[in-house]
Parts: sequence; structure tokens; C-alpha cells
Amino acid sequence: MKRLLSGNEAVARAAWEAGVKVGSGYPGTPSTEILEAFAPYPGVYAEWAPNEKVGLDVAVGAAYAGRRAFAAMKHVGLNVASDALFAAAMTGAEAGLVIISADDPSMHSSQNEQDNRQFAKFARIPCLDPADSQDTHDLTLAAFDLSEQFDTPVLLRMTTRVCHTSSPVELGPQRENLPEPGKYPRNLTKYCMVPANAKKRHPAIETRVAEIAAFAETFAGNRIEWRSSDLGIITGGVAYNYAREVFPEASVLKLGMVYPLPRKLIREFAGRVQKVIVLEELDPFIEDQIRLMGISLYRPENLLPEPPYPVTKEIFPIAGELDPVVVRDSGRQAGLLPGGENGGLALSMAGLPIRPPVLCPGCPHRSSFYVLHKLGVPVNGDIGCYTLGMVQPLDALHTVGCMGASVGVAHGAAVAGDKERHVAVIGDSTFFHSAIPALINVVYNRSNVITIIMDNRVTGMTGHQDNPGTGRTLQQKATRAIEIEPLVRALGFDKVVTVPAYDVAAIEKTLKDWMKSDEPAVLITREECALLPSARNRWLPLEVVSDKCNGCTLCFRVGCPAILKSEQLDPKTNRPLALIDPLLCTGCEICAQVCPRDAILFRNQVQSKQIPQEAA
Amino acid sequence: MKSEGINFALVGVGGQGTILASDVLAELGLRLGYDVKKAEVHGMSQRGGSVTSHLRWGPRVFSPIIPRGEADVLIAFEKLEAARFIDILKPGGLALVNDYAIEPLSVQTTGVPYPGDEMLHERLAQVTQHAYWVKGIEIAEALGNSRAANVVLLGALSALLDLDESQWDAVLEQRVPAKHLELNRRAFRAGREAVATAV
Repeated sequence: MKRLLSGNEAVARAAWEAGVKVGSGYPGTPSTEILEAFAPYPGVYAEWAPNEKVGLDVAVGAAYAGRRAFAAMKHVGLNVASDALFAAAMTGAEAGLVIISADDPSMHSSQNEQDNRQFAKFARIPCLDPADSQDTHDLTLAAFDLSEQFDTPVLLRMTTRVCHTSSPVELGPQRENLPEPGKYPRNLTKYCMVPANAKKRHPAIETRVAEIAAFAETFAGNRIEWRSSDLGIITGGVAYNYAREVFPEASVLKLGMVYPLPRKLIREFAGRVQKVIVLEELDPFIEDQIRLMGISLYRPENLLPEPPYPVTKEIFPIAGELDPVVVRDSGRQAGLLPGGENGGLALSMAGLPIRPPVLCPGCPHRSSFYVLHKLGVPVNGDIGCYTLGMVQPLDALHTVGCMGASVGVAHGAAVAGDKERHVAVIGDSTFFHSAIPALINVVYNRSNVITIIMDNRVTGMTGHQDNPGTGRTLQQKATRAIEIEPLVRALGFDKVVTVPAYDVAAIEKTLKDWMKSDEPAVLITREECALLPSARNRWLPLEVVSDKCNGCTLCFRVGCPAILKSEQLDPKTNRPLALIDPLLCTGCEICAQVCPRDAILFRNQVQSKQIPQEAA
Repeated sequence: MKSEGINFALVGVGGQGTILASDVLAELGLRLGYDVKKAEVHGMSQRGGSVTSHLRWGPRVFSPIIPRGEADVLIAFEKLEAARFIDILKPGGLALVNDYAIEPLSVQTTGVPYPGDEMLHERLAQVTQHAYWVKGIEIAEALGNSRAANVVLLGALSALLDLDESQWDAVLEQRVPAKHLELNRRAFRAGREAVATAV
């Protein structure tokens, strides 16, 4: 039976068919839907771990216990989990263990575009790189077999286009019925990586790579499609699609396994075509390995004699996502395709207002950024919706690096002697993910960092996943919600205050008070994300009283998409009055609190206006 | 309809139902016997950012991304987004535009005004004369829920593409939650009629 599945759904389906017992990980675009789609299958255990490292340790633990398992995360999540990855690469496991990394070329929703195929080579584990949903399904099944055959974790590396593209998948018949595993292993030389044991394992994992490379020669995921002998393209991952679309006549070596490479197969392919090129997204990962084999790749004549070190990619760009236009243009420049124009007209975007991401109307993070902007302090930010506090006009966030970095980066500035008082902002899920050790550091090593934990009761940016603060598991079981205040107090903070996130005055007063002393402190701003179903039920659009508004523009400074400039001008100042879009406004009242002229009605005022009308 | 396939680009603003509409088109393509790829980019914004979805029907579809100038149909749920992405459309292709503005915050922060209708029409006209403007929000509001505007546009599309209405209905039934199905059916029909009268 064929079903339309996204790449992420295809992983989940195949993992279920493969008899996987445990899936863990942490939400991150574009990987999030893998665990969400896996969780409802019967007979599986799925969870959100507090961070990717814990998630991978959990998968490793399940595989040590003889059950097939996977951990899923976005590319930068694997940085967090890399300690666990390298440990598991040394030990192997008792059952199939697959690590799924979803890379984000072009950084649609990420801070970098690292190419995680490099992790496979670094850790000496095989890497599978699918092209579409069917391929993802098939390679996921293969990954678990491969893992068991060679006693190795397997990296299934996906990219945004594969994760978030839906295409038809021929579903496998049903779930594999795996035998009940034996007793938990007591195999110290394999599972206790103390130096004496680890020294023996290192040569073993180098031998393992060589054995997998030999297997790769006949692996079904690596295949040659013979067409014209004029041009041969070696490709993997999503780039296979662009090879077929842009070079329909070319022969193609499609590598489902991009590490280790099938060297005989590559030599055979390269030897039977006139010109051979490598088409891959991001790093010259396949290309560099092939160059090391001494195979000469086609070089356009118009190039410099030596490529500028260290960029060995000569035909296709190293940065950014590929697409048919990029590939076609590159192919033309390299003389691989006849000259010509791309279809259609390239129109300039000049004169069109941009539409960058913004904090949603009713976002409970908005008030804190409004106050921080007003205070003018340096703010060290973190990864989540609240990163958007950097956007104009809020303009109240000055660094964003990686998950959990805000607190440590603020502490670094403080201990370095920066004259300004630093504020770190972090969300509830990111707090649980990696801020706790950083907060311990602030208290223990005595800096004056003020941390705002913006607790919107959900993991927001990735699309509303549960986290340890919500009291619900990925498989929708009620559980004990971890309370942030007592946890922070237990870390050693004396100043811990919780305020309603929409309360502008309370946030301002608390921060101003704390600025007067030199103690570290934690402010928790709490209000559920305005897009949660329970919050939506309370949406109530506010209204501007045009008689009172004089176009002072103060409400525009809260940066809410629901507040518009009306066409009506104030007769004295000639400035446009404020107007609230009733389809967007949720009634959070931040703008109403900020308005100095009471020109924006609060919820109770709007309601008392409505009731008599409805009664009449 | 062309047997070699159709490329659809769908654009809108986060929260407008762009993704649901492309899901419906993807299922429809499968029912009609095509290979299908549907690629979405929903960036950092839940609500308020640009959302695009590329949907391709064909005998065998490789690239998930539609190259510039190769979309047969552009469906825009917001008119500024129609103007922004019009160059994905093949010259002379079909543009179906929800006659509705969602002003981006940048209008206030950068001072670049929201373009007037004349400028939007001119920009579209650089690529195609086949632009249909549908008052999706007004029609959906009249039916009781502005959120059904995306399905109004699909109804309009069904009339313009001349595809069998019963196939569409089967997909709507499959994709839309039962409690919203009647509303969406009415929205679909209203969209069909809106185009019929415009044409």
C-alpha cells in the first residue's frame, strides 16, 4: 500500500516496522515530527528527553539492553549528544542503534549549516543519506540491520528537504516480531570503556569501518544508473533528485551510504564515463574522499589552476541549499550544460516590505523584551521563540549562539568585568535542556547575572512539544511537572520571583529593584503560549478608542503584528492613529498597559461594551 | 489538464492554512495517479512569517523544489505574498490570489509601505495575464468562519483547473476534521462559484 509520508513520518513508520522498542530525543526543526509520528504506534516507547545527550544515552541504554532503539535530533543537537555518540561508537550494542540527525542546509530554522556526515567519519560509524521518503523508509530499515550486522551505531543523516517533503511510500507489511532479548550483558571489556578496554576497542572499530566499506560495495542502497557515458554524477542525499532533474541524460552513482564509501564501485563508475563529477549539498564530503582515492574529477577549464584552499568544491556551492536553479547555473558555468537562461523572470524585491518572523500576537515574551529595551541593558539570548526579541522594534537581545548559552555567556561578561549589568533570557524548555549547570555556575562562582526564564508552559518554536515543566509525556501520559522555582532555589539563588508574563509593570519593577543590588537573581515570567488551545479559548480582540489616541506611537514599540497604523490621522500631530486588527489580536493587554492615554480598551472594558449590545 | 503534470506553488502567512491546502492538493494528485512531492518551508514563525509550499504532480517527480519560472499555478493566500513570489510562476501561468492583506510589522519598523493594489496588479502582470482575485476572507466570513478562506481558494482552483469535483470532495473528507467538514464543503462550493462569476 502506498501512502503519502513526509521523510520524518517515513522514519517513524520504518522504525516501527523494524521492531524498534525505544525512541528518544529532543525537539528541533526539522527533526521534530520523527518522534511525534513514532509515539502513537502500538508497542513502542517514545519520549522527549530534556536534551539530545540524554536522549542518545537513553537509546544507547535500550540497545545495550537488547532492544532496537533510535535517538532523533536536529543537526546541532548532535553536538550536544556527541559525547554519547563517540562512546557508543566505541562499544557498539546488543541491538540495532540508529542516530537520526536532521541537518538544515540554508538554515531555514537554525544557527549554522554544519554537515553532520562529518560526524560519521569522525566517530567511525556508517552514514546513510536518503533522497526522499521512500528512500528514507528503506534506508531506515537497512540502518537497523547494518547496526546489528557490524555492531555499530548508524547515523541516518537527513536534511530539511527530505524531512519536510512528502512523497509516496510503499509501506512494509507489518512490525517485525523480534525475539525477546536475553539477560542484560555483563561484558566489561565491551561496555566499560576504561583505558585498558578502550585501547583494545580502537583497532576493532577501525577494522569495523573497513568491513563496512567492503559491505558497501554490494549494499542495495548504493546503485549505478547507467545512462550516457559522457557524464557520470556521484551523488547522495537530496542532491540525487537535482542530478536527475537537471542532468537527465547523465549516468548516476547514487550513494545511500556516504560513509564509508564503496571504493571499487566508485572506481568502476569513474572508469566508464568520460567526465565524472560529485554533486552533493554543503561540504565536499564525498568529493574529498574520492579525491583522496586519486580519481580525477572533471575540472572546468575556466578555473584557477588550484582551488582556493580549503574549498575543494569547484563546481557547486559549499554554502546553502541546492535546488535545480543553483545546480543548473553551476553546471552551465562549468561547461557541463549548454548556455541559456533559466525559465521565468527574476523580479527585484525592491519596494516590497519584508515579512520576517516575529513574535506572534499575544506572545507572552513580548512584555519582557519591551521592558529590556527600555532599560537598555545588554541581553544574552538563547534558542527558541524568544530569539525574536532581537527583531525591531523590540531590539532587545544582543547575542544568540546555541542552546543554553545565554546564562554562561552573560556570566562570562560579568566576570570579565563588563561595566553593564547583563541579563540572560531563556525559555522553559531550554532551561531544562542546558541552563541548570550554567545557573549553578552563576551562583557558585558569584556573578551578578539576572536570568529571566520565560516560562510559556510548552516548547514553542518547534510547534508545541511537551517538556519536563508541562506535566505530560510525549505519549500523552500525565506525569509530575517539574517546578522551576524550587529547582532554581535549590541551585542556591536567594532572589527568585515569578510574575505573570503579561504584567509589564511587575517585570519592570522587579528588574529595576534588582539592578540596584549586585546579587544574581532569577525572574520567572509565566503565561502559557497564546497559541495553545486553552489560550485560544480566551482570545478577545481589544479596541482602540480613536477619540483618545493621538498617534503617539508608543504602542507600536511593543512590536505586535496586530497593531496597525490606521489611515486616520491625529488632527494636531498629523500622525496615524493606532488600529487593532481583530483577526490577529488575542487580547494580551500589553499594548493597553503601555498606552499613556488609556486609548486601548482592556479586556474587561471590551467585554462590558459587548454585553449590553448582546443583551439588546 | 496536462498529462505531464502540474507544479503548484502555495504561499501565505503563518496561520492561514497554507499547509492544509497543500496537503489536500497532494492527496488529490495521488488519487489522480500522479507521483507527488510536497515540500514545505515553515521557518521560525508560528504566526506572521512567510510560508511557502511547493507541490508537484508528474509521472515521476525528482526535485521537491520548483525552480523559478516553472510553477504552472501560484496560489497566494495573501496578496503581498503573491507579489513577492510571482516570479516562481511560468510566464502566462495561473495566479490565484486571495484579495486580502496582512500588513507585516516591517511596514512600521522600516517605513516601506504596504503596496497599493495597482502596484500589486502591475507586478503580477509582468509575469501573467491570468491572475484571478478572490475575496476568500469575505466569502469565508459570510459562511461563518474566516479560517475557511484557504478552502474557498481551493474551490476556485478546482473550477479553473477543471478537475472532477467528486475527487476533491473525497480528499476534503479525508483531510478535514468531521466537525468542520460541512463548513469546508460550503467554502469549497462558494470558491467555485466565485470564479465562475468572475470568469
